[in-house]
Amino acid sequence: MKLDRRGFLGAGVAAAATLSAPMVLGAAHGKPRVVVVGGGAGGATAARYIAKDSGGAIDVVLIEPSRTYYTCFFSNLYLGGYRDMASLGHSYGAMAAQGVNVVHDWAIGVDRDAKTVALAGGGSIPYDKLILSPGIDFRDGAVQGWDVSAQNAMPHAYKAGSQTELLRAQMESMPQGGTYAMVAPPNPFRCPPGPYERISMVAHYFKENNPTVKILIFDPKAGFSKQALFEDGWTRHYAGMVEWISPDFGGAVDEVRPGSMEVVADGEVVKVDVCNVIPAMKAGRIADLAGVTNDAGWAPVNPHTMATRADENIYVLGDSAQQGDMPKSGFSANSQAKVCANAVRGELTGSTVFPARFSNTCWSLLDTNDGVKVGASYEATDEKITKTSGFISQVGEDAATREATYGESVGWYDGITADMFG
Amino acid sequence: MYMFLQKLFLAPIWLFLAFPAVALADGHAAEGERLFRTLGCAGCHEVGPEGRNKVGPHLNQIIGRTAGAVEGFRYSRAMVGRSEDGLIWDEDMLRAFLMAPADFLPSTRMAYRGVRKAEDIDHLLIFLRTLTPETNLGTANVEPGDPKVAPEILAIEGNVEYGQYLSSTCVTCHQASGESSGIPPIINWPAGAFVTVLHAYKGKSRDNAVMQQITSALGNEEIAALAAYYESIQD
Repeated sequence: MKLDRRGFLGAGVAAAATLSAPMVLGAAHGKPRVVVVGGGAGGATAARYIAKDSGGAIDVVLIEPSRTYYTCFFSNLYLGGYRDMASLGHSYGAMAAQGVNVVHDWAIGVDRDAKTVALAGGGSIPYDKLILSPGIDFRDGAVQGWDVSAQNAMPHAYKAGSQTELLRAQMESMPQGGTYAMVAPPNPFRCPPGPYERISMVAHYFKENNPTVKILIFDPKAGFSKQALFEDGWTRHYAGMVEWISPDFGGAVDEVRPGSMEVVADGEVVKVDVCNVIPAMKAGRIADLAGVTNDAGWAPVNPHTMATRADENIYVLGDSAQQGDMPKSGFSANSQAKVCANAVRGELTGSTVFPARFSNTCWSLLDTNDGVKVGASYEATDEKITKTSGFISQVGEDAATREATYGESVGWYDGITADMFG
Repeated sequence: MYMFLQKLFLAPIWLFLAFPAVALADGHAAEGERLFRTLGCAGCHEVGPEGRNKVGPHLNQIIGRTAGAVEGFRYSRAMVGRSEDGLIWDEDMLRAFLMAPADFLPSTRMAYRGVRKAEDIDHLLIFLRTLTPETNLGTANVEPGDPKVAPEILAIEGNVEYGQYLSSTCVTCHQASGESSGIPPIINWPAGAFVTVLHAYKGKSRDNAVMQQITSALGNEEIAALAAYYESIQD
């Protein structure tokens, strides 16, 4: 978190807004109310846009337990040593100052008939429209031997913050020439290039600090996002360090043993020093509790508005949504939030609703000043969000192009976080 | 008033006065600097670090500046009126003024009959851009190689509200505040420049893949709406 004067003052405003929440919540003065659960790329953006664009005509409440939000995007750059953790932290102060009522609490239930959200701290908040943007949770039993009680021995580091710091600390205390393992997730999962950018950043760290380390990726998938670009980058920058093990070659993990730091794959026991387990994912728990998810664990939505198929007054954004062709990314969630905000505002105040349009770009860093990107445009059809066209960086681009791409990603980070948090 | 002037600027009478197809400068700063002297501009206007007001105001940071706003210079009543109307010296306005000062601003004190050749104005505008820091100058992003956009596309009047909605895509990277770190600011651009630059990406004569992708999903109406919105933002 940048602790400049503005941030500091803003944080004060946020605290004030939180303290006065019960009173404010008790008196909406007949204004329609939107409750947003989850203050990440989807929820923070939606809350801010509805408050900003309705000019006070809609009462906006954001429920988010964290006072400082650490972005998952760019947290790999922290592992690589390119960013410090503070630079990934953002407060809700500016958003509170812009009219969003920020409530730091957990949403623990949704009563769809009464249209209320229950809070862990007690009480409940009525809503006219409810927007859920809770990110991801992990599937129970997805990796035999691993559950959250094992996440200190084998961190997932797939929700940014203390888990990310833990993984970095384990990297720092690796024995010389040790073995670093990643258990990669099956589709669909948050940030498709994320695990492989992470490998690049981990390899960058070890190349500088512990160059004989061996990095293994156990992957249940036969392929992955930007694969040619990543594999080319690993060959050029980290020759001999990184081994990607596809399911055909024993990448499907039977079991992990956090106690003895072992990975069992294809019947073979591999002793490792650090093990980053990224389990299979599902929608954030509150989407489940609201009853808007399907058997696959995700919340199907109407692509024109992001309203759930199950309940027209509940919307789901970002990673938790099953929307069609968009990857689960912060950029996607931010893009979906704007479509949703426009639709919700239209329903509650009669403002003009423009046709949905979506875009996404994912930048990844391979090594210093070697950035790559993939992106696409999307439109809403009745069935799903449909990709209309896309682009991807090419293997063999010159160094200037790659450096410019990295520079662009840094600009994007500042842009999207300003857009999310105000 | 500003919008009115813009429409006037796009009206057929201006085209009749040998306006180029697009109101954008393509020329060279060095040639512009030469013309600045040989056409007589330098006789009344100073530029550069030592530039002071003389017969006319200094012209540092002229592009993007509100008309009649240089401190310490006594403007004509006519110019003060335009200033109060909010006239901003973007390249479109400067071009119109330089072509025929007395037509653009009756009772102006600038005793100059006008620059006759459109390409000389292109060169002069490029030169004037060099006197303006990048941060104040959205138009700096218009490049000589950007293809000219057909007048009927430039003439499309954009819907500001639609543009605001569409801009929510832009602000994911180009910050709404105009701050920038690796991605250029785009607020307060003159509409003509905005339209030209977006069409340059859409036509792939500019090579940023993200911008090519974004503009591939924008039609002429969307581009006009964005241009109208971004021009309308005043900080």
